[in-house]
Amino acid sequence: MPRWAQLTVLPALNLLAALLVTGFVTWMIGEDPWECLQLLVSGAFGSGEGIGYTLFYTTGFIFTGLAVATAFHAGLFNIGGEGQAYLAGLGVTLVVLAFDHTLPPIVLVPLCILAAMGFGAAWAFIPGWLQAKRGSHIVVTTIMFNFIAYSLMLYLIGHHLIEAGSQNPTTREFGQASWIPAIHQVAAGMGISLPSTPLNLTFVMALLACGLFYLLVWHSRWGFQLRTVGVNESAARYAGINVSKTIILAMCVSGALSGFAAINELLGSTHRMNVSFTNGVGFVGIAVALMGRNHPVGIILSALLFGGLTQGGLELSFEKPVITREMIIFIQGLIILFCGALENLFEPFIAGLFKRKEDK
Amino acid sequence: MEQLFSLLDSTIRVATPLVLAALAGMFSERSGVVDIGLEGKMLVAAFAAAAAAFVTHSPWLGLLAGIMASVSLAMVHAFVSVTYNGNQLISGMAINTIASGITPVLGLAWFQQGGNTPQLDDDSRFHDISLPLADALSNVPVIGHLYSKLLSGHSILVYLTVLIIPVVSWVVYRSRFGLRLRAVGENPHAADTAGVSVARVRYIALFWGGVLCGVAGTFLSVYQTGSFIKEMTAGKGFLALAALIFGKWRPLPAVLGCLLFAFADASQIRLEGVDLPIVGQIPSQAIQVIPYVLTVLLLAGFVGRAVAPKAIGVPFVKSR
Repeated sequence: MPRWAQLTVLPALNLLAALLVTGFVTWMIGEDPWECLQLLVSGAFGSGEGIGYTLFYTTGFIFTGLAVATAFHAGLFNIGGEGQAYLAGLGVTLVVLAFDHTLPPIVLVPLCILAAMGFGAAWAFIPGWLQAKRGSHIVVTTIMFNFIAYSLMLYLIGHHLIEAGSQNPTTREFGQASWIPAIHQVAAGMGISLPSTPLNLTFVMALLACGLFYLLVWHSRWGFQLRTVGVNESAARYAGINVSKTIILAMCVSGALSGFAAINELLGSTHRMNVSFTNGVGFVGIAVALMGRNHPVGIILSALLFGGLTQGGLELSFEKPVITREMIIFIQGLIILFCGALENLFEPFIAGLFKRKEDK
Repeated sequence: MEQLFSLLDSTIRVATPLVLAALAGMFSERSGVVDIGLEGKMLVAAFAAAAAAFVTHSPWLGLLAGIMASVSLAMVHAFVSVTYNGNQLISGMAINTIASGITPVLGLAWFQQGGNTPQLDDDSRFHDISLPLADALSNVPVIGHLYSKLLSGHSILVYLTVLIIPVVSWVVYRSRFGLRLRAVGENPHAADTAGVSVARVRYIALFWGGVLCGVAGTFLSVYQTGSFIKEMTAGKGFLALAALIFGKWRPLPAVLGCLLFAFADASQIRLEGVDLPIVGQIPSQAIQVIPYVLTVLLLAGFVGRAVAPKAIGVPFVKSR
């Protein structure tokens, strides 16, 4: 079967299978799946505000999707995106709390981004190093690191970073100097009026990151090493590639990319850190990367799908109280199952169709 | 003394679902199939059991429903890993995500309580049962105390688990099935040559893993809390996985690992805000991370060395 069909027809069928199961469950709990789908789509894309929120969520998912994909290309399954984004949030918060009243935005924001990348990369470095040098399995280590990150942040926010006198485990509000401008503010500066949404310039960075990711993975020496290690570690070693270095670096890049999800959320939207700011963004990245088949174009499209599901799902839950955020998690699980674990389930049937065409 | 007993008592309660899940993971992983979906299987079991027990007013039917729900997810995992040769890690991840999505969705639709199930009445729950003569012996010093306070007064599921441990140990090391299980997990090609059906053994192993996770989930909802609560497994499946690795994929050491982790968990609540000599107050989070840090160190070979079954995670493709 031709490559274009493999990259379009199969993911579409997998997605369809996931949506059919979701539709069945929706019908089972007594709602009309078709009506829900319409509400969801109009909630996500039916208004300027909806689109703004959809793209805001998409931004975070693009970054975590790229993060998972980077590791995948090296043959590593990095489940730790959530913890890496969490720790990146700590880096951002430490920088902001220290300098937001002294440094100008032009210095502070890049410093925050560097901190996010650094902390995210550092939290991914340890599992990467352990995998490369000590042979401990990356999946188990990153799962454990998610839990360790959660406990660590709970402790730090609860005991040290909490706003003085506050009952809620959140930090104080960040100074304005650290805020990343929202798209509607930038547009207003150019005389275009857009509805006010948390969509911010991090979205532009996400698109840039996709371009860089493409060049790095498919058009650089390191990208070639990365993919070689992913396909066949022994062949890579035989060809003189430093496998451990490649693995460790892949994990660091992955962690740094996850860190941008924290930038989007903290500097773009909430402007303070609380204990649950990541809210599963790292786990969504797994589904995004699997559905996008680790390619930036696919990742943008599937991140858009998940952004739409998140925003449309919120709108839907106002109309239909029985359908909650968890429905989106359920869809996410089905997509991981059909697009990831069973990615070629329909291939035999489809391949047959193409073969018949070629015979004629 | 009283305090020590109550500490050990809660250790047993915390350890029971961990032990069941760790043994479930052992069946699966010893057969060569990675199982990071223990958490999800426990969660659906907890939900199905609580829902069924609420509707039928029978904890035993709840247990049955829990086991069935868990087994059906285990069979999805088996289909992906064994029949389809798909990625076992991704499949496990999918199972966890599906479980944390579907349980509150159905819970909200069926019971309208924010995704939880209603509190079970007394008849629909498992109860603490007193062992014979517990009351009569409670005044005998030490031994009587030990018997009546610590050993007596647990749920039937706890005693069931205590029975399951030696049975599993016997099955894995002494039975024909156990030999095949280990062979399939270490060298499936050799097992295949000897006439063992690798697929069959793996399906059976995953089935029993599903059953054990089902009991573990039921323990949480139908015995411990008396209702299903969203995300009530709260990482217990991963903790069990950690204990399994801690026990180097062997039943008895894995059980010891569970007891150790459970002891840490039980003492954490009691240490909250207490000034200890030398170290002062220990934040509860510092105790919570112990199992995870230990697992990382162990996997890295800094504290002993945990070597996984050789064929773990690799789909078995019979050569043509």
